[in-house]
Amino acid sequence: MTDKPTAAAGQVPEGRRSQPAAGDVTLPAQAVPAAPAEPRAAPEPRASGAAPGSGDLTDELLRSDQWTDAMVQAAGIPITDAPFVSIGGGIGSFVTVDYLRIAGVAPNRIAVLSNIGYPWQTYEYLTRVSQIPRSERIRSDSASRPDNIWGFPSYALAEAVSERTFAPLWQVLVEPIWADFYTPKAGRVFAGLERESKRIGYPQMLVKGQVRMVRKRAGGGYFVILTPMAGSAPTKRVAYRAEFVHLAVGYPGLKFLPELQDFRTRHQDYHHIVNAYEDHEHIYETARTKHLVVMLRGGGVVASRVLQRLMDDRAAYGLSTDIVHVFRTYVAGSHGPNAWNRRKGGNGFAYQGFNYPKSVWGGQLKAKMRKLEGEERAKAYKLMGGTNTPWRRRWQAQLKEGREAGWYRTMSGTVDQMRLDHGQIVSMVTTPSGTAEVAADFVIDCTGLEADISEHRVLADLLGHSGVGRNPLGRLDVERTFELRGSGSGQGVMYASGATTLGGYFPGVDTFLGLQVAAQEIADDLARRGFCPRIGTYRSIQQWFRWARNKQP
Amino acid sequence: MLPTLAGRIQTRLVLLALVGGLVTLLIGPLLPATAPLSVVYRNMFLVLAAVAVIGIGWECVYHFLMQWRWEKDWPQLFGFLTCVPEGLLIWYLLRAGAIPGIEGTVAASVFVPDFLAVWVAVWLLASGPMRVVNIRWRFFGGRLV
Repeated sequence: MTDKPTAAAGQVPEGRRSQPAAGDVTLPAQAVPAAPAEPRAAPEPRASGAAPGSGDLTDELLRSDQWTDAMVQAAGIPITDAPFVSIGGGIGSFVTVDYLRIAGVAPNRIAVLSNIGYPWQTYEYLTRVSQIPRSERIRSDSASRPDNIWGFPSYALAEAVSERTFAPLWQVLVEPIWADFYTPKAGRVFAGLERESKRIGYPQMLVKGQVRMVRKRAGGGYFVILTPMAGSAPTKRVAYRAEFVHLAVGYPGLKFLPELQDFRTRHQDYHHIVNAYEDHEHIYETARTKHLVVMLRGGGVVASRVLQRLMDDRAAYGLSTDIVHVFRTYVAGSHGPNAWNRRKGGNGFAYQGFNYPKSVWGGQLKAKMRKLEGEERAKAYKLMGGTNTPWRRRWQAQLKEGREAGWYRTMSGTVDQMRLDHGQIVSMVTTPSGTAEVAADFVIDCTGLEADISEHRVLADLLGHSGVGRNPLGRLDVERTFELRGSGSGQGVMYASGATTLGGYFPGVDTFLGLQVAAQEIADDLARRGFCPRIGTYRSIQQWFRWARNKQP
Repeated sequence: MLPTLAGRIQTRLVLLALVGGLVTLLIGPLLPATAPLSVVYRNMFLVLAAVAVIGIGWECVYHFLMQWRWEKDWPQLFGFLTCVPEGLLIWYLLRAGAIPGIEGTVAASVFVPDFLAVWVAVWLLASGPMRVVNIRWRFFGGRLV
């Protein structure tokens, strides 16, 4: 789903979210789930650059696949050397830099280029608006600690010690048979990230600004062009000259179902139809003042969290909110091609502990996927794919109550048309048994974030100029070491990790532990190339004690 | 645990040898045995070897059972409770004199504490501290090489 271009035809569209830049009121200016367009900048013309010496990108630079030092200097763009540059500055950059610092890389050899102030900023924003405040639990394993490369002590152990209770330990002992999978509270995760961030000196490595592009450098390495914060530098652009570049830019932005996007644009209404990853507190506030009918689209964990919020508020405030939940794919029971590949499901949802089957993070599935290529790999991804949500006893009880009382209804189908009728949104839902009209006061789209990599400017540029390709699922093609295939430049190497690399040899990329798996592969590859020491047994134990004592690596 | 077959077997063999060996060494003198310490050690290390060797077969059984799980994980509790069937089998073999090299008979009061101590020590180590010793172990299905 691509957004309607706001720029004039023939120009490169700046926006990557499926909503017009002018209607940018629902996402806060600071924390955005994208690498958004430069604020209020005019869309960049395709091949006409700035004048030489102006400190901006010249024609020559825009057109050339490989840059020389002289070309960059001629443009008047100042160059800073940084052997290792990480682009993104979110959790992906953080865990990779964490690994390198623990491996022994000094902070002055690393630069993190980012448009956010701290690594968990975007993640915290997205979890908060999709109804996981700091006091609630995220969907992540006990030993998946982005602030601790060893995953020991696990979150369960840490919670048991700090809260002086055996309950978390009991839960991880009997999970998932006699208890739901233990997951940490969001607040604990963020507090841990903050501690580790200070410990490794992350703020000193951070450079704030908007990364414009990465190009290969003649003679090896890369140039990374950064647009610094307005007023913080004498020129419009600065260049970082790096031997190794790491990309962890995350999701470009929100995605809307086509009919919802169409409705929003036609009626210029961003209030009644929202994406769960936008701030939509107004819906819950309105629910407390009058009877509402809320329609939900999507069957994943976000839908579950929104449902929980609606149901919790119902119980707490004695509300009469009605919920209509439309599933495109209604899962009625266990599903799968054979007995050895059967996932649980019911009442519309597919149930799975975490975003992927657990063995992708180190077991059987990880080993299997590592050997597959092309079509076979795509098929394996499809087999484990499909939206799913965790089984949580509390949610099951709430939903059962809702179904029995009649205020929670599910439907299987797709929506072709939507119209406004007396202040309500009426949807034509095409179900297996015919078409039905459903009227709702609000529609919450819980179907996820934008996924196409070419919607991201830096990635689109790499695809076009630097020999980077797509994997069987259409995202960035990376090696088992997370090296971006085709991007080698002399001794220099580019790596990528996170959501933009889904479809490669490692399935669990857009997760905490997945980012650490990638970081470990990258650190090991850099060690092979002589950039840093390899983390062996001695260093690991020594560094763990330093972590425990909160001493810098 | 997220094991692969190769990883399970490697982890079992290495941990039983190193941790199991150390624990057996340490609690040997504390066991209520009537035989001299050297005999106790000989017997208990033979039992340890039996657990390791027969354990390879057990790991294949667990791997097979794990295929019925969608997540392809081996829950913590399973890793602990399997001490019961494994222990029972070893005990039966001891009683039947089927473990070569055992001197005299091994009393239950000697076998049970030693077996459990080794099992718990290995299980606890694999549940957490192992990740500090080897940062790649958990991402490669338990493989050490």
